[in-house]
Amino acid sequence: MPLSDEKLRELKEICKDLRKSIIKMTHAAASGHPGGSLSATEILAVLYFAVMKYDPYNPNMPDRDRVVISKGHATPLVYSILAKAGYYKGDDLHTFRQLGSPYQGHTDRLRAPGIETSTGSLGQGTSFAVGAALGCRLDKFNNRIYLLQSDGELQEGSTWEAIMSASHYHLGNLTCILDRNRIQLDGWTEETMSLEPIHKRYEAFGWHVQEIDGHDLNQIYDAILLTQEIGPKEHKPCVIISHTIKGKGISFMENQVKWHGVAPNDHELEIALKEIENS
Amino acid sequence: MGTMTEKKEQIATRVAYGKTLAELGKENPNIVVLDADLSGSTQTKFFAKEFPDRFFNMGVAEQNMIGVAAGLASTGKIPFASSFAMFACGRAWEIVRNAVCHNQFNVKICATHAGLTVGEDGGSHQIIEDIAIMRVIPHMTVIVPADATEAKLATRNISEFFGPVYMRLGRSNVPVIFDENKYEFKIGRAPIVKAGIDVSIFACGVMLSRALWAQEILQNEGISAEVINISTIKPLDKETILMSVRKTGCAVTCEEHNIHGGLGDAIAGVLVEHNPVPMKKIGVMDQFGQSGKADELLIHYGLTKEKIAEAATEVIKLKNAKNC
Repeated sequence: MPLSDEKLRELKEICKDLRKSIIKMTHAAASGHPGGSLSATEILAVLYFAVMKYDPYNPNMPDRDRVVISKGHATPLVYSILAKAGYYKGDDLHTFRQLGSPYQGHTDRLRAPGIETSTGSLGQGTSFAVGAALGCRLDKFNNRIYLLQSDGELQEGSTWEAIMSASHYHLGNLTCILDRNRIQLDGWTEETMSLEPIHKRYEAFGWHVQEIDGHDLNQIYDAILLTQEIGPKEHKPCVIISHTIKGKGISFMENQVKWHGVAPNDHELEIALKEIENS
Repeated sequence: MGTMTEKKEQIATRVAYGKTLAELGKENPNIVVLDADLSGSTQTKFFAKEFPDRFFNMGVAEQNMIGVAAGLASTGKIPFASSFAMFACGRAWEIVRNAVCHNQFNVKICATHAGLTVGEDGGSHQIIEDIAIMRVIPHMTVIVPADATEAKLATRNISEFFGPVYMRLGRSNVPVIFDENKYEFKIGRAPIVKAGIDVSIFACGVMLSRALWAQEILQNEGISAEVINISTIKPLDKETILMSVRKTGCAVTCEEHNIHGGLGDAIAGVLVEHNPVPMKKIGVMDQFGQSGKADELLIHYGLTKEKIAEAATEVIKLKNAKNC
């Protein structure tokens, strides 16, 4: 079941707004992580605006769908989307990374609503998602746990401990979306510490695996819907390997290692905003 | 006072923990238990047998165990995560720090086989650094029960307390000190087990029994020692500690832990800031353990009633010299 044309148009506009916000936030903070925020923009947009059940006015609703941001450095995206989803106004997003701001450098659940767990230290979100999935299953909730995983954190051993335990406990209520942007802080993942074959590795750990273009809204949507079907049926956790482009949408940031954790200057901000607007 | 038992029983604190946990499972459906392939040793096996749906064996993967516990806590469960203290605290420290404490999730890390009294397994398993590395984490509560009675009461107590807790438990049998019907455990309260006026002896865990034996030695020498059970290392009962040293004017600390960073340093911190008095620390002198029987190891590393009594005599001398 594809997304309607109207929904597609709406999601595209949302992605544009999110990208602008990501660039503005990192520019205002003069630091932060634009690259990995831009690569996961479509993924979170589909989750928040086409898939998940949640209530921004009741962020602790027990049977809510949960999104676990294991790549806790993607805060420019996370805080932008939570504002758009109505958790807060977001007129103060420019305070990002400043002393006293609710918008911390890495996600902090105690300072801003809508965040399931504070992350930032890589390799911990998957364990958390497994725990949340076990807890929701004990409560017999008909909800799902969506985990946004980075590719770099597949180098953390604890990530694989968690992946192993998810299939051992048959977590059919867990969907992991891997933001496969192929770049980590020091360079290409395959040069820094090779991760491939990720597909086979996940399969060997007992997961249902799909691979998609992580910027194609329809593909993201369809793949998530399939996990909603397959997971409970096969009692398996599901992963969607989303091939993405780090820095997506801004010509000089795309596939550039440098833009993992560097903020745009005034001139770059101007060009970036223009490019997003005209996309 | 008047809380001590006449019985001469010996029970390991881990046994009291495991049995109490199984009892709590009946009373509170939100309690879930995780273990890392050591449920037979940590005694979570009793809970596992009674409540298989709420028991999660995570295999030999302590980092994941603690992270999963945080996730379970986020859904309103009360996770008790157990393994050997070496792994639950040491191996998983950063997950304890970030996934549990930085998030203020309601996770209870109840780790057994702490200290030298692990015995024959040797230095790799005898953690003498856990109190230090757990107490420095913001929002963490650190509890070291002295005997089976206190372990039982503390297990129940922390299940009703909201927030991250580290509870240090031992492998070996230790004397039962407290009478279950009279003793009351409260987080943050340090009970005076024996009142005295000449020296304050602060002890935790297995060393409380040694401190009480030292008190008898001192009594025979005409010295009146006050023995205080510091079963909550954090938050520390500063009021009781300061009240005691204002009376006695000197202190000895006793712990089955490195002399660096543990109970001794915690007490020293309070005394230096509020009421400096002569003080000596009894603990492991910054060295690793080795294989041996639990009691032999305590003697080998100087964790004895004689050493405590000696230290008490020394600090009393220092106090008297200062007052001359």
